[in-house]
Amino acid sequence: MQHKVIDTKDVVIRFAGDSGDGMQLTGSLFADMSAIYGNGLSTFPDYPAEIRAPKGTVSGVSGFQVHIGTDKVTTPGDFCDLLVAMNPAALKANAKWCKRNAMILVDDSAFDEANMKKAGFTTDNPFLELGVEDRTLIVAPITELTQESLKDSGMDQKSIVKCKNMFTLGMACYIYSRPLEHIYQYLERKFSKKHPEVIAPNKKVLNDGFNYAANIQAIPNTYAVEPSGNVKKGIYRNITGNQAAAWGLLAASEKSGLPLFCGSYPITPATAILEELAIHKSLGAKTLQAEDEIAGICTAIGASFAGNLAVTTTSGPGVSLKSEALGLAVMTELPLVVIDVQRGGPSTGLPTKTEQTDLNQALYGRNGECPMPVIASHSPAHCFDAAFQAAKIALEHMTPVMLLSEGFLGNGSEPWCIPSMSDYPEIKPPYAKAPEDGSKFHPFERNPETMVRNWAVPGQKGLEHRVGGLEKNHNGVLSTDPANHALMVEERAKKVALIANSIPELEVMGPQSGKLLVVGWGGTYGHLYTACQEMKEEGTEVSYAHFDYINPLPKNTEEVFSKFEKILVCELNSGQFANYLRGEFPQFNFIKFGKVQGQPFLVSELMDAFKKEL
Amino acid sequence: MATLTAKDFKSDQEVRWCPGCGDHAVLAALQRALPKVSQALDYAKERYVVVSGIGCSSRLPYYMDTFGFHSIHGRATAISTGIKVANPWLTVWQACGDGDALAIGGNHFIHAIRRNIDINIILFNNQIYGLTKGQYSPTSKFGAITKTSPYGTVEHPFNPGSLVLGAKGTFFARSLDVMIQLNEDIMTSAALHDGTSVVEMLTNCAIFNDGAHKSLSDPAVRADRTIVLRHGEKMLFGKDNNKGLVLNGMGLRAVTVGEGGYTIDDILTHDAHSDNMGIHMMLAEMKGPDMPVALGVIRDVKDVTYDDGVRDQVKDIMKTSKIHCVDDLLRSGSTWEVK
Repeated sequence: MQHKVIDTKDVVIRFAGDSGDGMQLTGSLFADMSAIYGNGLSTFPDYPAEIRAPKGTVSGVSGFQVHIGTDKVTTPGDFCDLLVAMNPAALKANAKWCKRNAMILVDDSAFDEANMKKAGFTTDNPFLELGVEDRTLIVAPITELTQESLKDSGMDQKSIVKCKNMFTLGMACYIYSRPLEHIYQYLERKFSKKHPEVIAPNKKVLNDGFNYAANIQAIPNTYAVEPSGNVKKGIYRNITGNQAAAWGLLAASEKSGLPLFCGSYPITPATAILEELAIHKSLGAKTLQAEDEIAGICTAIGASFAGNLAVTTTSGPGVSLKSEALGLAVMTELPLVVIDVQRGGPSTGLPTKTEQTDLNQALYGRNGECPMPVIASHSPAHCFDAAFQAAKIALEHMTPVMLLSEGFLGNGSEPWCIPSMSDYPEIKPPYAKAPEDGSKFHPFERNPETMVRNWAVPGQKGLEHRVGGLEKNHNGVLSTDPANHALMVEERAKKVALIANSIPELEVMGPQSGKLLVVGWGGTYGHLYTACQEMKEEGTEVSYAHFDYINPLPKNTEEVFSKFEKILVCELNSGQFANYLRGEFPQFNFIKFGKVQGQPFLVSELMDAFKKEL
Repeated sequence: MATLTAKDFKSDQEVRWCPGCGDHAVLAALQRALPKVSQALDYAKERYVVVSGIGCSSRLPYYMDTFGFHSIHGRATAISTGIKVANPWLTVWQACGDGDALAIGGNHFIHAIRRNIDINIILFNNQIYGLTKGQYSPTSKFGAITKTSPYGTVEHPFNPGSLVLGAKGTFFARSLDVMIQLNEDIMTSAALHDGTSVVEMLTNCAIFNDGAHKSLSDPAVRADRTIVLRHGEKMLFGKDNNKGLVLNGMGLRAVTVGEGGYTIDDILTHDAHSDNMGIHMMLAEMKGPDMPVALGVIRDVKDVTYDDGVRDQVKDIMKTSKIHCVDDLLRSGSTWEVK
């Protein structure tokens, strides 16, 4: 058989195994290596809520999908070109994600009778049973080969077996013509201090995997995904959404000259933001792991009152617990950033899966007339800018701001052309000055243009004042006067609405008017963008507008909508944004396209939805 | 710096507690203590922040001419924590009731004490929910008849002192609302203490729980039913100051000097600074009819504070880290260049 190296535009690889098989690491390594190689990429970890679910069961399968391309890649891919399945359960859970012409690589050593039974197979041919027997099957005894490779390494059996993911990674590297050097470097960096003894065996097993794949006849062709070189020049790094959000907050701290304070309680999938901020004390960040979600936000509100850039990070159930305190932040008009990395709900729901189902909660989930700016990040790297913007709005407009991220963005990663901080604006909070005539300071007097009150940070003579949850008048004195309450409600709402003057206008990709406008918000951007691109390649140009700013909406929203007959609102919920838009602009024809499966959109299903409306 | 007086801490707001409410006296004591504290520590008035939750006593910040934060029910301790950690230069006082601190805010209360954050908590304990008009609280006596317990409660109350000490509290004091001089002294000691200071004020609710502490506060019996502890002084009490506390096996016992062979040398000397929690716990838990209720500073020990720990860690890491600005951070770790 003649071996060919086929040049290809992009490939999708899905690594799947038991929770303990190291598939997240294997996938991340493959992604990092491809990023450094110069490929565009997007990743999607798909893992169970249990740390170590029962071994060998379908519920315990952990997956990591990586999509690499010659150019920029905006989604992790709908279906995969290569599925790596480390056991029968992984094959069973993931076979449905294989393209028609996919390769399937399995560890034959794990396909024993017991594991087959645990995965629920009833015959001895799992491929036939799943209807994937016609794919290119690479059945390799990976565990045995790893044991053989490392038998003289001096390592114990358990540690040797753990290295099987590196053998697999070596095979994948052969199939996609990836150089191993970057992985060698990673191993050296990671283990040189604490476990230098494991570097050589890991390198060996990686290399043996690569060579094994080269030597067997089961792999007809290999593929090359060579970077096109059409990417923007600059220094790049791979970044996850949670890391980017944390760094965006640190950037806002630097640009405002205010110390960062983060009060948070661990919750999936937002915890990594707190963990990341906890590392960066050298930039003055203080993190407080609170006793509960409520203490997380309340310590942050206290820190805000005391003059810090205050943040609390959480996911949907945490926002529910924080609702009353969010109202307090609205009432006291203190700056605060709340990051909600959304997951499947309601209640505990699907903690490790992605959704956009907290929009209503972000917009409305508080008692009283309680408006709060809501913005959303649209890709892992965009979480940096979104967090920066959230902090800028909070500090300059004296309001809590809700930033909606998603599990898909928080855990997903993409290459990011590193910006320079000199390109970011200064953040200038409206600080109060003590009245020169010695009269009492009035904390709720407003700037008539923005309706923003001034920030009187404790510690300054002449600015002594009281804030609190009770309604007050402009002087900061308690008031139950009906007219005063109506006025304060109106002013707080106006303050939020006027933020529209400080945010960018909505842009439409594609034709600026026509029959159909596709609308999205948040983390569906990559899929919607790709679906529009693919429609264009098929010869149909689709108009598409994506919202990063949800409350207030961009000023030109109504004007944009007025140019289209139908507006198709695509979101990972049952139509929350569509309902919101209907309330704001009842004159337009909004059509809902929702998905609530705990999974991102598929490009293919979006294209089908577009075609239906065209 | 001009010397501050109690008047400097009085705001222009009308005090709206009911006539006869114990909170008036506690406010007065605080306004008298702060000038002393300011002088001792050279604090300007603008360094003070007074925080509260929800409840009658939580209106206190409005009556203080300082920075103030009247927050939400139960959360004052978390707000105070954030203020102190964000800016340790500020000096934080907190007013909260027994429902606010020990029911809805119980979690924040014990965790602030565990972390030993340098804040001063005045716990107004009137054993009732006043602002909601008379329901039992976590400190109401077993069997208390209230609007929500018309046949008497069937639950045990917290003793705030044992809760504080159980959470490894470094400062606990107790007093009666009416003892203004003692309260001024206790509040001064609380302010001088580094770490979480909890001052339990047994206050009277004239409307919904009138006389709850009368068995202690009544001048006719107060000297015999309470003991005011002062560090370094003999644990003596009684109208004639001839009763005292002695160790008796594993516990404490109240005796009369000159009776049963007990002399003044047998009477214990109060050591509020002792690390030994055991005797402080026994003192905090004393109750009638056999024992006097302990007032004064029961425990006042040194330990590292959370706010200092956070600040020092930031300082240390700033010195050793190679990342000094966000541009450094963005370029740290694995990066590659596209030329």
